[in-house]
Order: sequence, then structure tokens, then C-alpha cells
Amino acid sequence: MPTTSEQAAPLTRGALGVAKARQPGRSGVHPRLRGGLFGLAGLALLALIWELYKTLGPVDGVVIGTLTVLPRTSDLAMPHLWVMFERLFEPVTGAASALPLWQAVLAGSLFTLGIAAVGWLVGVTVGLALALLMQRFRLAESMILPWIILSQTVPLIAIAPLVRRWGAQIQFGEFTWESWMSVAMIASYLAFFPVSIGALRGLASPDANHVDLMHCYAIGWWKTLWRLRLPASVGYLLPALRLAAVSAVVGSVVAEVSIGLRGGIGRLIVEYAGAAGNDPGKPWAPIFGSILVGLVAAGFVGLIGLFLRRFRRGEVSA
Amino acid sequence: MTNTTSVPAVDVHSVSRIFAARKGPGVTALDDVSLTVAPGEFVSLIGPSGCGKSTLLRLVADLDVPTSGSIEVFGKPARRARIDQSYGIAFQQAGLLPWRTVAGNIELPLELHGVGKAARRGRAAELIALVGLSDFASHYPDQLSGGMQQRVAIARSLAESPSLLLMDEPFGALDEMTRERMQNELVRICAETQAAVVFVTHSIPEAVFLSNRVVVMSPRPGRIRSIVSVGLGDMSGRGEDLREDEGFFRSLSEVRDLLHGDEAAGAGHNQAGARGVETR
Repeated sequence: MPTTSEQAAPLTRGALGVAKARQPGRSGVHPRLRGGLFGLAGLALLALIWELYKTLGPVDGVVIGTLTVLPRTSDLAMPHLWVMFERLFEPVTGAASALPLWQAVLAGSLFTLGIAAVGWLVGVTVGLALALLMQRFRLAESMILPWIILSQTVPLIAIAPLVRRWGAQIQFGEFTWESWMSVAMIASYLAFFPVSIGALRGLASPDANHVDLMHCYAIGWWKTLWRLRLPASVGYLLPALRLAAVSAVVGSVVAEVSIGLRGGIGRLIVEYAGAAGNDPGKPWAPIFGSILVGLVAAGFVGLIGLFLRRFRRGEVSA
Repeated sequence: MTNTTSVPAVDVHSVSRIFAARKGPGVTALDDVSLTVAPGEFVSLIGPSGCGKSTLLRLVADLDVPTSGSIEVFGKPARRARIDQSYGIAFQQAGLLPWRTVAGNIELPLELHGVGKAARRGRAAELIALVGLSDFASHYPDQLSGGMQQRVAIARSLAESPSLLLMDEPFGALDEMTRERMQNELVRICAETQAAVVFVTHSIPEAVFLSNRVVVMSPRPGRIRSIVSVGLGDMSGRGEDLREDEGFFRSLSEVRDLLHGDEAAGAGHNQAGARGVETR
């Protein structure tokens, strides 16, 4: 366990008289590595709780009166973790030509990731554009901001059919609207929100001092934006972009289901859920797939953050 | 306009600035203030909080517009002077961009005004040497102490060789020892650059040590109470031993008496005039 080595480390170092030698992190392990270790430990803990409850919990779950407060522990309701993993390497169906389950899920994950990426790009563009507009014109802020916030209270399933119907009417020349575009559209609808709010805060974040200085330099709004406001907003923008990435993934998965688009992870989740009755490991595969997509999306934003490290110097722990 | 020496660096002519209030008549920050600063002259503005000294500086910098009266910088309206970059400015907070190195921060105004890369580099190196930070050119502001950051800010304000420097309590956030060292350096820099300086401060010794003239202001409404000429010789001759000079102490007590004057005059206003002034 990492915890024991963590506790032991300062003691041994103290005994050797080198306690002062290393500054980052109290234990001497790089803080980011430490975070990763704790993340893995959390995951292991979750698995442990799952298996423990499955072993020790009553078969029919914990029932108070007529209310089931904890789930059943039968193999159908809570398959063993290894059942879930073993299932990944078996074919999707009994058919001779069937792919291994993990391949089908991976293909679905990539499909959804692609749509989510398009949705994210559109959402980030729109979000940034709105934030710039609101930063530039006070009037725009008081006009648009309430609507931006209100827009997120509309449930996704309500807008999915609308987007689809409108999309079906779009056609010019060679271009025809396709279902995946509707899905990407809905993903962008979720993604633009955190970006517009985060960017607006970020663009407004420079000190009055810095703004005065730019005024003294007699440079215009665009130059001030490029030299001061955008760099200053990076610290606000990155968490917003990460949130947008995760939202775009969730939006894509949900919209695939509402629109009825085939080929993505959302569709697989619905499809495989039907198999739960006799194949309890199968529904978990697309769930793992969607987690994977979310992690890749968040990791991508982390990569962007790495390139923009210079602009995050002011932050406490960059 | 051919003889530029006759044109004052700053000419403030009966300027008032009234900040509108939501209710009532508004706050008169400055009331009919006139002041002339000659080229190469060092003038300090001193007074208690709320006397309008920072407001006056902001008006000269065209960061704010007077309610009435006119301000000219080297014979041009303040706005024109700002657009022409006729002055350099430094604030109480160093205000360095955290994502730029020391050199990058000093180059910023040059870069914004289209100076070529090589010229920028050269000028920045020169200024970094001037403020004694040659070993720190590629450091970022968060790696510097407060005093070093302020030196970078001063170097930045000098980047375009302005003939006028506007400084709003640039040493206000520094400890006393750093402060005196920075004052000595500023005296040296001013002697080298021959720039006129308008310097806002809370500290009487600072004002007296640095200035040719000290403008003593009084609050509510902000007015110039008196102007003290400090006859301590020109910048090049000012050194650390000046702080022990008899003339230094005489000017010190003169400015102090002026600042505390309204305590004696209006006993009812108890100490209103002295608040916010450091007499150490």
C-alpha cells in the first residue's frame, strides 16, 4: 500500500539527516505522481467495497419495510469484477463472425469520441465568441448572460428531437445534415456553457493596474485582449475547457440515445443493457468505454494545459 | 514651439475633479489646482489620504479626465501626450505580467509600439543593467522579491526614454531598508536620464530626499496648501550622506509643519490632516 511507504519515508529521511533536502511534497514523492497513486488507491478501494459487499451483503439486498436501500448481491445484479473483465474478451454474440466485445466497444468509443470532439470544438468556439462579445460590450453581457444560464436548464431530451427536425430541413448543394451532426450539436450545447462563463471571468481577471497600464500604452481593445486578457484568462479557461470536454462526452452519449444514432457508445449502452438478464458482464463494457472516452477527453485538455504552463505561473500549484 | 526647454513638462491649469455620487453633490477630489513642472525637475506630491494626489497623477497620465481646467504635457493636451507616449509610468504595485520574464516585461511597451526585436533586446539589456538586475533577466516575476519587481517596473517605465516619469507611490509597499536603497537608485537613474518626475508619496523623508520641490496637499476638497523648494542641489550630487544633512532636516520639518498645520488651525477637525502620513 502506498500509505505505509508514505508514512515511513519522512522517518527514514529524518534519521539520515536529509529531511531538508527535498521541498516538493512532504514525502519526497513528486506531487503529481502522488496524486496518481492516490487516484489508483481510490479505484482499488472502490473495487474492494464492491467485492466485499457482494460477499458479505444479503442476497436479497437490505430492505427496510418495503424499501430496498442496498442492492441485491446476486451474480445477475452485481457481477464479480473479473466477470466484467473476462466478458470483454469474449465475442459480442454467439454468431460465428462476432467480434470480441472489447473491439466493438472500442470502435463505439472512438465513434463517440469523434463526435464529442466536434461538439467540443464548436462549443468552445461559440463559448469563446460569446465571452468576447460580453467582455467587449457591457450591454451584451446583461443581455446574453441570463440566457446562457437559462439555456442549461432545458433538459437534453427536450432539445434532441428539435435539433434533429431542424437539421433535417438544412440542405444546400452537396451538403446534407446527418444525424451525427445533431449529436455533435447537442454535445456543443452542453460544452459551450462552462467555456463562456469561465472565459468571461478570465477575461475580466486582469488587475485594474494592468488595464491602466495598457491604457497608458495607448493600445486598442484587440491588442489588450491578445497581450493581457487572453493570457490572464488561461488559468480560468483550462478548468472550463476540461469541464466542456467531459460535458461534450456525456452530451454525445445521451444524444446518441435520444436521436437514435447507431455506432456510438450511447447506443451500445442501451443495446447491451437488454442482455443483463443472462449476460451480466456485458452491460458494463460500454460503461467502461464511456469512462475511457471521458478520460481521453480530459487528458487532451491536460495536454493543452501543459503547453500553456507559462501563463499559469501565478497559480499556487500549476 | 521651437525652443522646447521653455515648454514645461507638466502644466496643470486650475483643474478640478468631482466624482459624481449616486446621491448628493458628489465628492470634490481636486479643487482648482494649478501646478507647473519644469523639464528635468523632480516634484513630489504629498498629503494625507484623500487629498487627491493620486487623482492628480492619474489626470496627468490621462487615466482620468478633469471635470474642469486643462492639463498639458510638453505643450500637448494630456490625451495627445498619452497617445504619443510622452511619459513613463510606475504604480504602487509593480504590475508585471506574470507570464513574461524580467526582460519580456521591460520589452513590453517597445513590443507594443512596434520596435524591432534586436533594438528591443538591446534596450532591455541596457535598462536591466541600469536597475542592477543583470543576473535576473530571464527570471519570472514570481521568482523576484518586491523590491526587485519594483525595479523592473521602473526599468519598464524608462523603456521608451520618456522625458517625464509619473510615479504613484512606487515604493509604498516596500520595507524601509529596501525603500531607502530604491530611493538612492532612483536619484541616480534620474540624474542619468534627465527626466522630469512627478512622484506621489506618503512619506515625508522620501519626498524631501528625492525632490526639487515638494507639493503639500490638503484634503476635502483636494487643494495645494503650499510648495516647498528643497535646496539640496541637483540629482547628481545627492547621495546617502544627504540624509544626515542639516538642510534635509530643515526641509523635513518644514513639510511636516505644513502637513500638520490644519491640526493647529482647526482643532475641531482633530488630526484629519495627519491621517495617512508617515512621519518616520
